[in-house]
Amino acid sequence: MKQLTIQSTGIAGTLESSDISITIEQNEDKGIEIQLKSTVENLFGEQIKKVIRETLEDMGVNDALVRANDKGALDCTIQARVTSAVSRATQTPCYPWEVK
Amino acid sequence: MEKLRRTMLFVPGNNPGMLRDAHIYGADSIMIDLEDSVSVNEKDAARLLVYHALKTMDYGKTEVLVRVNALNTPYGREDYEAIVRAKPDAIRMPKTETAQDVVDADALMTKIEQDAGMEVGTVKLFAAIESAKGVLNAQQIATASSRLIGIALGAEDFVTDLKTNRSPEGIELLTARSLILFAARAAGIDAVDTVFSNVNDEEGFANEVKLIKQLGFDGKSIINPRQIETVHRLYTPTPEETAKAARILEASEEAAKRGSGVVSLNGKMIDKPVVTRAQRVLALADAVKARVE
Repeated sequence: MKQLTIQSTGIAGTLESSDISITIEQNEDKGIEIQLKSTVENLFGEQIKKVIRETLEDMGVNDALVRANDKGALDCTIQARVTSAVSRATQTPCYPWEVK
Repeated sequence: MEKLRRTMLFVPGNNPGMLRDAHIYGADSIMIDLEDSVSVNEKDAARLLVYHALKTMDYGKTEVLVRVNALNTPYGREDYEAIVRAKPDAIRMPKTETAQDVVDADALMTKIEQDAGMEVGTVKLFAAIESAKGVLNAQQIATASSRLIGIALGAEDFVTDLKTNRSPEGIELLTARSLILFAARAAGIDAVDTVFSNVNDEEGFANEVKLIKQLGFDGKSIINPRQIETVHRLYTPTPEETAKAARILEASEEAAKRGSGVVSLNGKMIDKPVVTRAQRVLALADAVKARVE
């Protein structure tokens, strides 16, 4: 699978209700690190991190620092915003249907 | 079953909350927008958001269309690549001007469906006509692809193109509405009217709905869930209309048994066009009933 290296910062999403703001930065050789703030953190914090991590892994991103500010986003919204942020950080269009 | 398209609700494509809730208000169709309601800096994110939402959400009986950016913009081709794979019921093409626009979209969709291992023709097309050139080409547009299920008037761009603006009476739209409707009927597809932008003018909105219903349109594009009830009320046959239609069909069937093509009901002649209209009223009433259940 194609590997994607995060070398600059990518931002996607908003702080509106049901959205999630994702900032992705480089994290060289330190794996995927997720700093999450969420309005539903107690209930869904682990699930949100899992979706972020899996989306990154599916895209071939092994090292990234992710700052996520969640306002109750569905999993599909998290996937879309993470994909957009990576796409912007790498300046490479990322198409989910080519990922797997 | 008659396909209901009384209301086609615009939903901004980059708003996750609206994408989640779009179908709960009861519009017959929702039209998720990647075009004018999405800024150029967010086209990429909106496209991915709508792709993932369509792969996940169950919109039930609500018909789902996605308005993509035109193929002559930098965003159009990628919109088609993503959205065809996400399998909405149809793609709504903006600013359709010629039959070739439809042919090009159809060819691209065929290629994408083949690449994705989908049956060719899975995703249908709906063409919005928004210019004088488009209106004059409506007949060719309406017959340009077997994917085409309907055409719509987009009035805001259209009146700008005509060098006028929209009036409460809509006289400036009469020719465009009529030509689009004729083209749709000649092609055997649906015709949907343009939006009414002033959500607070309920009386003006109701008058416009009455006008376009009388012209023969199947429904109206709408921009706010508050507009749904008015359109559905005016488009749904009343119990009196349904009862009258049933009596017409009954009289017609009795006449057929007697070997007569024409019959009189309450002093009025009942012939084939009257029967056809009565059948349409009952089909619409049945479709509304099925939609509510």
